[in-house]
Amino acid sequence: MSFTQWLLTFIGLALVLLGLILIAALMVYGERRILALLQDRLGPNRAGPFGLLQPIADFIKLITKEDFVPPFADRMVYTIAPVIVPLTVLLSFAVVPMSNDWWLADLNIALLFVLALSSLRVYGIILGGWASNSKYPLFGGLRAAAQMISYELPMVLALMGVVMLSGSFSLVEIVAAQELPFIILQPLGFIIFLVCGIAETNRLPFDLPEAENELVSGYNTEYGGIRFVFFYLGEYMGMLLIAALITVLFLGGWHGPWLPGVVWFAVKTLALIFLFFWLRTSLPRLRYDQLMDFGWKLMLPAALINLLITAVFGLFWMEN
Amino acid sequence: MYEVIFYLTTAIAVIAVGAILVVRHPVHAALYLIISLLALALLFFLLGAPLLAALQVMLYAGAIMVLFLFLIMVMNLRPERGRPLPLPSGWGWPAFLALFLWLELLLLLSRSPSEVVSSTTEVEPKAVGSALFGPYLVVVEAAAVLLLAALVATLYLSRKERP
Repeated sequence: MSFTQWLLTFIGLALVLLGLILIAALMVYGERRILALLQDRLGPNRAGPFGLLQPIADFIKLITKEDFVPPFADRMVYTIAPVIVPLTVLLSFAVVPMSNDWWLADLNIALLFVLALSSLRVYGIILGGWASNSKYPLFGGLRAAAQMISYELPMVLALMGVVMLSGSFSLVEIVAAQELPFIILQPLGFIIFLVCGIAETNRLPFDLPEAENELVSGYNTEYGGIRFVFFYLGEYMGMLLIAALITVLFLGGWHGPWLPGVVWFAVKTLALIFLFFWLRTSLPRLRYDQLMDFGWKLMLPAALINLLITAVFGLFWMEN
Repeated sequence: MYEVIFYLTTAIAVIAVGAILVVRHPVHAALYLIISLLALALLFFLLGAPLLAALQVMLYAGAIMVLFLFLIMVMNLRPERGRPLPLPSGWGWPAFLALFLWLELLLLLSRSPSEVVSSTTEVEPKAVGSALFGPYLVVVEAAAVLLLAALVATLYLSRKERP
């Protein structure tokens, strides 16, 4: 590649990264406004028109705070942990196709790449909880470890149905195979992936790692300023990633009549994000043993049955 | 270009593995082990096995090491003080055996410089799958039975005593 091509690539990468961070910040604003609407309040409406500048005001407030490392913390791990979360999420976006010619990379193991990075994301939370060297963050970190391992299994198994139908790990090829969205062919797989996706991003009703009324704020209790921003934005970008993945894997990605592909992709993703916000207002938090029972005794067998049914049907389909 | 990446990754892997021996805190040692596993995954990728690389990250770095860390955190292991290197007393024999492996490697490297593979072929995930469920089907089934037996044994050992 020549120098100008490298330059253009880097400018493109920087724009995508900035765009994703901006979208995550706007999601925080959107969540606060939607929650307020559903709870019959107004929400943040002071900074700028409709309070749209609220995320920027929050960001400026947080970065001007003192950069503080508690004296009892493990300095090295405490510093690394918050960077891991947004880094792994941002890397995963490289393989998500937004339209039929809009993606950064088309790996033939794209799906496994995303899953591998999502399993590395756990480290940010566990290590953040451990390095703070205090009770509540440690509990948050331990819960996160147990929860994410338990829900990763059914999540991966639910995806295998999609891989069987499309015959590829590449996200671009998976979307191209969906003239009929896979949600119709894989309704059970869709529900399992949605539930496990919410659990993986630590959203309500599965937000036990940061359950406010038992653990103060969970794994990020001892974090402040810019490090807290990393954790916070990482969580929202994780939610965006799960919504984008569900769109790509089950809802047909860029496919749709009349409108251009990118618009369809954005509409589907935003609808899913609205669903996440809605769930947060509607559902109470699970108890910890209920969470584990739900994951191992309901989600995992359901995912295995889904895999079995898909395999049997696929066999007959392919023979005819 | 690829050679630079290869040597850099190898150096990181070796340094990380070396650091495990020297570092005092168990959690730091686990972190270095994770880094060396990730470096190995990158080497697999460079050698043309993307599926193996992804599985290495997912299973070893992403699942098994999380359990390791979980155990270290639950058992609240703390660094031992007053010892320059936290080497356990039984390190002599492993070091002796590792020395033999190293000598074998040196011998191989000095003997056949011409037979070194210079080009790699990328192995697609599909090829791995059809190999596993084709010629190696019996091995896969045997591994599955073994895992099932381990699962049943774990369930039996961890059952709650009934009155």
